[in-house]
Amino acid sequence: MQRIINFILDYRNAFLYALLTFISLIITINSHSYHQSKYFNSSKWLTGSVYALSHSITSYFALRQENRLLHQENEQLRLQLFNSANLLTAELSNTELNYTVKRAQVIKNSYATPRNYITINKGKKDGIAQDMGVITSLGILGIVENTSAGYATVQSVLNTKSNINAKIKNSDYFGSLTWDSKKYDVVQLVDIPRSASLKVGDTITTGAMSSIFPENIPIGVIQEYTLNQNQSSYTINVSLFNDMTNIKNTYVIQNKDRKEILELQKETTDVE
Amino acid sequence: MLNNPIAITIFRFILLVLVQVLIFNQLNFFGFINPMVYVLFFYWYPLRNNRPLFLLISFFLGFAIDLFSDTMALHSIAAVTLAYARPLLMRFCFGANYEFQGFTFKSTTQLQRITFLLLLILLQHVVFFTLEILSFSHILLILKKILFTGIATLVLCVLLSSLFAREID
Repeated sequence: MQRIINFILDYRNAFLYALLTFISLIITINSHSYHQSKYFNSSKWLTGSVYALSHSITSYFALRQENRLLHQENEQLRLQLFNSANLLTAELSNTELNYTVKRAQVIKNSYATPRNYITINKGKKDGIAQDMGVITSLGILGIVENTSAGYATVQSVLNTKSNINAKIKNSDYFGSLTWDSKKYDVVQLVDIPRSASLKVGDTITTGAMSSIFPENIPIGVIQEYTLNQNQSSYTINVSLFNDMTNIKNTYVIQNKDRKEILELQKETTDVE
Repeated sequence: MLNNPIAITIFRFILLVLVQVLIFNQLNFFGFINPMVYVLFFYWYPLRNNRPLFLLISFFLGFAIDLFSDTMALHSIAAVTLAYARPLLMRFCFGANYEFQGFTFKSTTQLQRITFLLLLILLQHVVFFTLEILSFSHILLILKKILFTGIATLVLCVLLSSLFAREID
């Protein structure tokens, strides 16, 4: 016994090193299987408030540009509003809308690592919850991953774990949107069947299969496409509409029917 | 004012975490280069130290940076490894006499110090990027990131360490 204790004391640094590495590995591996670490992430109180403080200072420098972007978006929305007569006559009541939209600002963005997360300044107390979609005026951005009281982290489309249903605009061929971590402005659309007719420059939008995003939210345009190894489906490089390096104003989308859809799907698969 | 080594270490700890997450993690030079200047903590830490304490402090330094950058615990692993390997690297760079009482950073040459810094950076980057990407099919991406981020980190660390050089060490 004495010798065992002496042995441990002699090598206490090595043991401590092994222990600390072990703890870190557990945190890392847990979060690999469980999207992102649930307890240790930048949506928490301390990290969130530091980023919010830094955001409140740096956001002043981009005000002019952000104003211009919002102005452009307003213009576009007004165009849609004036050109859709039935929208004006239809009674718009909140209870009948499927989707609600909340605005949020990015306080921390990253795009240089294989697993990128964005932190936004809205959280649980603003009604943000896990698995809500996040978009900008140009296209999709990601999916809410974790929330705290005042902040939320978003799994960016630039994340090797990201997997979003997408389709080719004006057709119903769908596939999954993934990222190979090489370029921050190009994502991959896989599993589009060979029978689809593609052209460079075609628009890719979100598909109807997802209960997170509404259909037809723009994603990007086809940059190039290749048949995969077994010649059965296409792998498409999609160049994003969003400039992922420069994002400030975002919208969080909540699908009110999501719960119902998920329950129905679960019931169906349980029967099998 | 700041002559107490404990105060200096705490001050450095907080400052390096903030500088790392608020400035250097947002840099994205050429789209992917984010220098990891917190390696300087391991360069500046007193030569004679209580090793278990040093390991723990390093772990918390890495963990603090992890919390901010959503990297799970990758920085922690890299930081703890650096802390553990530091005596080995010092013996390699400064020779066996670094353990003597009279030994200070001042008695080393510029070349020795830069080699020490370079090895620290190399080790940190190899551990961090290998674990971050964790895929042999991306080995070229890993090497590219280690090389370019390493160069940027080294340049910045040499600049920062000469800018904030202290008289006594």
